[in-house]
Amino acid sequence: MKKSILIITAMFMFQTAWAQSAIDEAFKTFSENGKLKFDAKRGQTLWTKNFPAKDGKARQCSTCHGTDLSKEGKHAKSGKIIKPMAASVNPERYTKMKKIKKWFKRNCKWTLGRECTHQEKGDILKYLTQQ
Amino acid sequence: MKKRLNLLFTSSVLCSTLLLGYIPVSHAEQEGFFSWLITLESRKGVKPVTDETYNEECGSCHFSYQPGFLPEASWQELLTRKALEKHFGETAELDEKDRKHILAIAIENSADKSRYKRSKKVMASLEENEAPLRISKVRYLRDKHEDVYEKVVKNSKKIKSMSLCDECHQKAADGVFDEDTVVIPDYGRWSW
Repeated sequence: MKKSILIITAMFMFQTAWAQSAIDEAFKTFSENGKLKFDAKRGQTLWTKNFPAKDGKARQCSTCHGTDLSKEGKHAKSGKIIKPMAASVNPERYTKMKKIKKWFKRNCKWTLGRECTHQEKGDILKYLTQQ
Repeated sequence: MKKRLNLLFTSSVLCSTLLLGYIPVSHAEQEGFFSWLITLESRKGVKPVTDETYNEECGSCHFSYQPGFLPEASWQELLTRKALEKHFGETAELDEKDRKHILAIAIENSADKSRYKRSKKVMASLEENEAPLRISKVRYLRDKHEDVYEKVVKNSKKIKSMSLCDECHQKAADGVFDEDTVVIPDYGRWSW
């Protein structure tokens, strides 16, 4: 019994540490080794900034993810449920650097019509991980 | 005596059945009669996909369609690097390792190679060499969904897209699309 509690605790700690390492790695990459500084407020502003799209409907990050990051979002086109973005509610989202990179690439292209700069990515990540 | 013979017979049948399962079979034969006999796998729907990468990457915007819904030629065209950059108006870029992995699964289990009932029906409904890029363009699936789309989905507030199979097909991820597994949100059951 005691042993299983110990194992479960260890697993949780491992998961937290694991998530943290991917976030750290992301910040390190985006900051270009400490050159850039990030601000959650700036990230939040960018989150609800409108970007024109070809279909005439302006897009912002919150179009699909919403503004309450602890809640689920909904894909604008397909209506598919998107799990919450807040790291506190859904830490699994931030456990792999590969995943962080992939979604920034795809979703910046969809929303902004281009890839995001390191500054933008860092600000957004700061905002998301502080929620 | 008779009993003993019976036992001998049963055990030898059992042993040979088990043995057959362990005989290394070539790839094409993996789907063959003997492996089916051993697993007694149901082949009524489409072959489900258990690969995590496939399901995660293909299922993040729409339902993770099983490869058995389209022939190989369709997957070959859909899953090139170029094609994924503009995947029905969305960017669906993958890293090369994942893309190749997913393409290989799609090819291996594509409708033209599958023995599953729905895959066979997909193939039967296509013209020779027809390779649709949209699953909704497959005649068999289009005919099956025409009515339900017009009468329910078109005006549904809950279902925004026909690409979310599992909104209604409760066992879609298991490759089961039978009528008795369909429950339409805000509507209920549907009969074909």
